[in-house]
Amino acid sequence: MRKYSDHILNVFTVAFALIVLLVCLYPLYFVFIASVSSPELTAAGKVILLPKGLTLSAYEFILQEKDIWIGYRNTVFYTIMSVLIGTAITIPAAYALARKDLVGHSIILKFLTFLMFFNGGLIPTYIIVSKLHLLNTAAILIILNCVTVNNIIVARTFFMSNIPDELLEAAQLDGCGNIQFFTKIVVPLSKTIIAVIVLYVAVWQWNSYFNALIYTTNRKLQPLQLVLRDLLIQGQNLNIGEEMDAASIKYMMEIANLIKYGVIVVAIVPMLCFYPFLQKYFEKGVLIGSVKG
Amino acid sequence: MKKARVIAYQSGRSLKQRIWSNRGLYVLLTPMLGYFIIFNVFPLWGLQIALRDYKPSLGITGSPWAGLKYVEKFITSYSFWTLLKNTLILGVYCFVICLPLAMVLALVLKYLPLRKTSRFVQVASYAPHFISMVVMVGMLKTFLMPGSGVVNVLLTKLGHEAIDFMGNASYFPHLYAWTRVWSHMGFNAIIFVAGLTGVSEDLHEAAIVDGANKWQRILNIDIPAIMPTMIILMIMESGNLLNVGFEKVFLMQTSSNLAASEVISTFTYKMGLLNTQYSYAAAIGLFNNVINCIILIFVNKIAQKTTDASLW
Repeated sequence: MRKYSDHILNVFTVAFALIVLLVCLYPLYFVFIASVSSPELTAAGKVILLPKGLTLSAYEFILQEKDIWIGYRNTVFYTIMSVLIGTAITIPAAYALARKDLVGHSIILKFLTFLMFFNGGLIPTYIIVSKLHLLNTAAILIILNCVTVNNIIVARTFFMSNIPDELLEAAQLDGCGNIQFFTKIVVPLSKTIIAVIVLYVAVWQWNSYFNALIYTTNRKLQPLQLVLRDLLIQGQNLNIGEEMDAASIKYMMEIANLIKYGVIVVAIVPMLCFYPFLQKYFEKGVLIGSVKG
Repeated sequence: MKKARVIAYQSGRSLKQRIWSNRGLYVLLTPMLGYFIIFNVFPLWGLQIALRDYKPSLGITGSPWAGLKYVEKFITSYSFWTLLKNTLILGVYCFVICLPLAMVLALVLKYLPLRKTSRFVQVASYAPHFISMVVMVGMLKTFLMPGSGVVNVLLTKLGHEAIDFMGNASYFPHLYAWTRVWSHMGFNAIIFVAGLTGVSEDLHEAAIVDGANKWQRILNIDIPAIMPTMIILMIMESGNLLNVGFEKVFLMQTSSNLAASEVISTFTYKMGLLNTQYSYAAAIGLFNNVINCIILIFVNKIAQKTTDASLW
């Protein structure tokens, strides 16, 4: 009896795992093969496992599409800056909050938890940003949300369990001040958490479009995701003339799809290149954060 | 001097001395506090425009008080119940399926017959977490497009009529919730997987000796072990029930699925930034905050009563 029900469980787990694999990986794989296949064959449902009717016209189009490259350049710049600023603010603050002898640390923590659930919302934030004269600047895209309560809590948890009190006591006996202790001893011991925070901020910034949508109207400042939104979702640059007949409209739509697949590939390639890295540190981040619920 | 520092580290000194001896730590804290004061506290303070007739030329504090006029206007407005309904449907739908499915995935990974594939499946399962919303919705739209999208090509091949998924309001909640599962299930499972590896092997061995099958072990050992994590995550999620992500809804919105896709946050965006009715939009945000707060306290109470888990 026990064997029988255990077999059912095995079958269920294998089926579930296969579905998860298929659903998570196949769409990404399909986009890749569709981006180099002949659009008619893709539209006819013939491209399933391998690319058919090889063509690179999607990538030729993308190479000439200036907006994409401007977006790429902007995103790389914003990401680097956000990471530098976000990490430089998050790590020291998290260390200070991890020190139990810091007068007021519990008040500050309560304040941060409060901020996690309550915010002014879109309009008041917009008004403050405009009062600071930061509308339509690269600065606001870099700064806004590069520090989050969540990241601070994760980093703090790391420091609490990884920097032993004895180390501090020993350093203090040698006359080492707090700032010196932080820069000379804590930072070199904290490569893991620094990597985690760097990647959290980097992935968030790389993938974000919201702030750019709200706070900028200047096309030159557009990050990659906003350019992608125009191409993939708004369907710009695909001018279907009214005088065209049904067949050429169909052809145009197929070409448009081909380009979309190419654009998607261009957008996710950096993520996939760094995936082993990302995967490792994101997982670490979750595990560090989960130590203290 | 050296001695003074060490003693200061221990308590028993006056408050002033304790603060002064740790002045370096306050230096480390200052940038963070400044950041949150500018970008979080100022906007919270600015939320008062919800209770004023805000005119940009008069400034935040210069605009005349309007009381609850705008909150009332929202609650009595024609679209209020639709917005609330749409927002709650999306929020509750995700709330009900997302975390439980992540837990199921973690259990599946634990009981998968081949150990090595289990790790591979897990790593693959959170690849979608790194795909941006724009790209994800772009993929969704391309796949589902009537005419040339893969899904519809398959449907017509199977003799079914093509369906305009994105243009039909009745599909919207399903698409929204299940793409969210796609994006986050694997990632949410990490914490449960960690919780499951922490379950003591002795318990399982004892259960096997007592003749329990795997289902019984899951039900009586594994699930109780990860329940506290589950409850904490659910409480935290419940506090954001009405904050249904603007970013994704906005991308998935089309003029023909508005009936299901207009939620409080997209409405706020349209009222506030497109129609520049600042006070009205801020009042909607205020309403949102109050409701979230009530839900959070309520769910936390229930969790406290039924289990021991609590956020505070």
